[in-house]
Amino acid sequence: MKVGVVIFPGSNCDMDALWTTGAVKHHESFPIWHQSQDLNGAELIILPGGFSYGDYLRTGAIAKFSPVMEKVIAHANSGGLVLGICNGFQILTESGLLPGALLRNDTLKFESRWVELSVETTRTKFTKNLSKGDVLNIPIAHGDGRYYIDNIGLDSLISHDQIVFRYKGRNPNGSVHAIAGICNREGNVLGMMPHPERAGEDVLGSSDGLKILL
Amino acid sequence: MREGTFQDAQNFGLTKVEFEDIKTRLEKTPNFLELAIFSVMWSEHCSYKSSRMVLKNFPTQGPAVIQGPGENAGVVDIGDGYTAIFKVESHNHPSAIEPYQGAATGVGGIIRDVFTMGARPILSLDPLFFGHPNDPHNRSLLEGVVAGISGYGNCVGVPNAGGELHFDKSYTINPLVNVFCLGIAKKEEIRYARASEPGDIVMLIGARTGRDGIHGATFASDVLSKESEEKRSAVQVGDPFLEKLLIEATLELIEKDLVEGVQDLGAAGLTSSSVEMAGRGDMGLVLNIDAVPKRAENMTAYEVMLSESQERMLVICKPDRVESVSQILTKWELESAVVGEVTADGLLTVIEKGEIVATIPIPHLTKGAPCYKMETSRPNLEERRREPHGFQVPSWDYANLVKKMASSFNGCSREWVWHQYDTTLLTNTVIPPSLGPGIVRVKGTDTLLAIKSDAKPRHCYLNPFGGGQATICEAARNLWAAGFTPLAVSDCLNFGNPTNPEIYYEFEQSVLGMCDALRALNIPVISGNVSFYNESPSGAIKPTPVVVMVGKARAGKINKPDFQNTGDVIVLLGETLSELGGSALFEMLTGETFGTPPMIRINAEVSLSKTLLAATGEGIIRSATDLSEGGLAQALVECVCNSGLGAQIALKATGIHITEQLFSESNARALVTVSPDCVSRLTEICAQNETQIRILGVVGGRTLSVTGSFDIPVQELKELYDNSLRKVMDEQGL
Repeated sequence: MKVGVVIFPGSNCDMDALWTTGAVKHHESFPIWHQSQDLNGAELIILPGGFSYGDYLRTGAIAKFSPVMEKVIAHANSGGLVLGICNGFQILTESGLLPGALLRNDTLKFESRWVELSVETTRTKFTKNLSKGDVLNIPIAHGDGRYYIDNIGLDSLISHDQIVFRYKGRNPNGSVHAIAGICNREGNVLGMMPHPERAGEDVLGSSDGLKILL
Repeated sequence: MREGTFQDAQNFGLTKVEFEDIKTRLEKTPNFLELAIFSVMWSEHCSYKSSRMVLKNFPTQGPAVIQGPGENAGVVDIGDGYTAIFKVESHNHPSAIEPYQGAATGVGGIIRDVFTMGARPILSLDPLFFGHPNDPHNRSLLEGVVAGISGYGNCVGVPNAGGELHFDKSYTINPLVNVFCLGIAKKEEIRYARASEPGDIVMLIGARTGRDGIHGATFASDVLSKESEEKRSAVQVGDPFLEKLLIEATLELIEKDLVEGVQDLGAAGLTSSSVEMAGRGDMGLVLNIDAVPKRAENMTAYEVMLSESQERMLVICKPDRVESVSQILTKWELESAVVGEVTADGLLTVIEKGEIVATIPIPHLTKGAPCYKMETSRPNLEERRREPHGFQVPSWDYANLVKKMASSFNGCSREWVWHQYDTTLLTNTVIPPSLGPGIVRVKGTDTLLAIKSDAKPRHCYLNPFGGGQATICEAARNLWAAGFTPLAVSDCLNFGNPTNPEIYYEFEQSVLGMCDALRALNIPVISGNVSFYNESPSGAIKPTPVVVMVGKARAGKINKPDFQNTGDVIVLLGETLSELGGSALFEMLTGETFGTPPMIRINAEVSLSKTLLAATGEGIIRSATDLSEGGLAQALVECVCNSGLGAQIALKATGIHITEQLFSESNARALVTVSPDCVSRLTEICAQNETQIRILGVVGGRTLSVTGSFDIPVQELKELYDNSLRKVMDEQGL
């Protein structure tokens, strides 16, 4: 599969996404510069983690205005696959591709730890080879990962089967319903706070991330 | 430009003798700007004038050393065409008065030192020393420093391997914030900070120059006092986002071979970076103040030359490369400007509005800076070692002692700190922060690197020479236990005021002790930093030489520090002696440091290293950790609490009292587990290498039990160990 990893100024998980999808998973992976208007035929677009534009205003708030985002939104709207990880998830909610918002962790601190994720739906392309209730061991590393959505929105997420991952056991950041990742109604856009690209090899502690990197 | 006066010289921290020396050298009275430039280059921070004589003793050569001390960071060969480039330095004073920004800019500065050399930074580590966290001032400093490290490091995208966190009352007011960074470069990508060809162009890239941090280097070369608070403006403000762009831009410039030399702007800003680059290549340099991009209007030449604005780099390139360099900077949305030219005349020439405003022969500022032989006087160490009146070594109630140690601030888990650091970024982390070294892989090879920081301030306080030796031995032992062979070290020497002969004695003896152990173990020093004047109105810090040791191993051939399997046999390697002096136990019971600290037995350390590396090579070790603070008791607590597995121990009568068997801090020991069928093989390896081995018990059960002494449920111990620091930091408020 052709995988395009978008690099914003301040992205810092771009190399990891390229490494794990490319060198480890053997997809045809390549970077896409934030000023590019061409996705180079990528079938999967990854918006990687980091601190795009320093995240000084609000996480993901500036990146959504990047020239490349116009193309990413068009790609998503025509059914193309988009995966937003960490800062990428924040960019997806800011740009309206996914509902809700990501707020400061309830601990008021950066949370870096390995967590267990339970798979909540298998209807997305990312999770279709897994079973509901499967547990994935994947690290988180974020300061603003508390997923928030109002009750009406939450009901809608549930009724449309849009909750993809939940934290199992302790909720590390105070997310509503312990939500760690959601998809859009169509299931082609996935946003998640945990980093599957960091769990791609057993030597690093887990290779569970490969299961959702197609 | 007006003439500089003695009053100016004093304000800049120069002595009368130094002021006269400058006049003699220049054969004139320097003007105000020239005097300011002399003062920062001759500050302790930049010139190492009080320490150079002693630092010469460090062994700096070795087969793997590509670049020793003197550059921005040291370089060692790690095989397969790759090198590790690393350095540790201090950011103590800025962190004492502005903890968040002080620590953040420390992290930014050390990362720049590494990518300046052409390396991609892949790991940070931060040895921290604070006063006891029961005091709200210490808590607020620790809270701010950890937030600063986390805020900057996580954003700039360099994962963290943890590092020491040590509490002692002597660090109240004057905490120590040491920062370390390691990068990886292919041999041909290494760049040095040298200007070596007249006519080459000098470009300033990155952030604009503002009025922040003026005279930071001078501020770092004085004792903290009530007035220090007013010097908050000498602390700079960091922008990790800008630094991230600067890393990518600089590495791209190097990859495309567009630059001849690179130097970051740290202490003393444009002055030291330009002078040092020219000095290393025996060149001169002309700088045009008007060409420097500035943050504020009407900045004077003095302000521009001394500003310590962060996230700036100086690059030297051929005239026909200027355009290509600017294009890459523009791509990364950064500014660049041609600010000068390399000359053959050996002079630093500063031009403002078309006029020369400073001319100084560069050797006076670099090689020719003063170098002092300092007065030393042995402090009354016997007095320090004397037991407090009425003190009795406890000989009962071990359950309480062990629980108290597990929940003590020096004994409990550091997870509160580590969870704030990104540890998994860059997909290299094999073992995140834990009891032992941080371990990363080097992509494209089967090499693993282990990084461990260590310090023995209590030992150095009671016996500076022995403490220096112990610091090195302990760091090495940590690497051997994990299965790694040490390659090289970087050191950060934190002490009080060097003009106090007793402090200088501590400094000199600690360094000589380090040198002794480094020579015996064949480990070179490749970079380092000295931080003097770590004092507050209530006195100097305990002597705190910090060492960060880097070792190498092959993938697969390494050990984890904590217990792995129920049923494994727990053995103690090395001999336990009656050595409670200076122990964590004594400090925990009295709040004081006293007694005669443990002996250094280098031969026993070497034997232990052979045993550990041989057994690791054969794959028979299930876990291994060195014994240090808190002795056997603390090592057991850590292994139990980190694994969640119990341990059933029986201590045989050995002629050593049970309190000493548990809490003695004898060197040259390690706690190892093996499967039952490997015990005999390990015993043979120990016999071959003359390492003492004692079988202590087995892993398993729901308690940590030492027959006849204590039996503590794992859950209870874990609760104490895991939550002690978190509770005081998160629940007591600031």
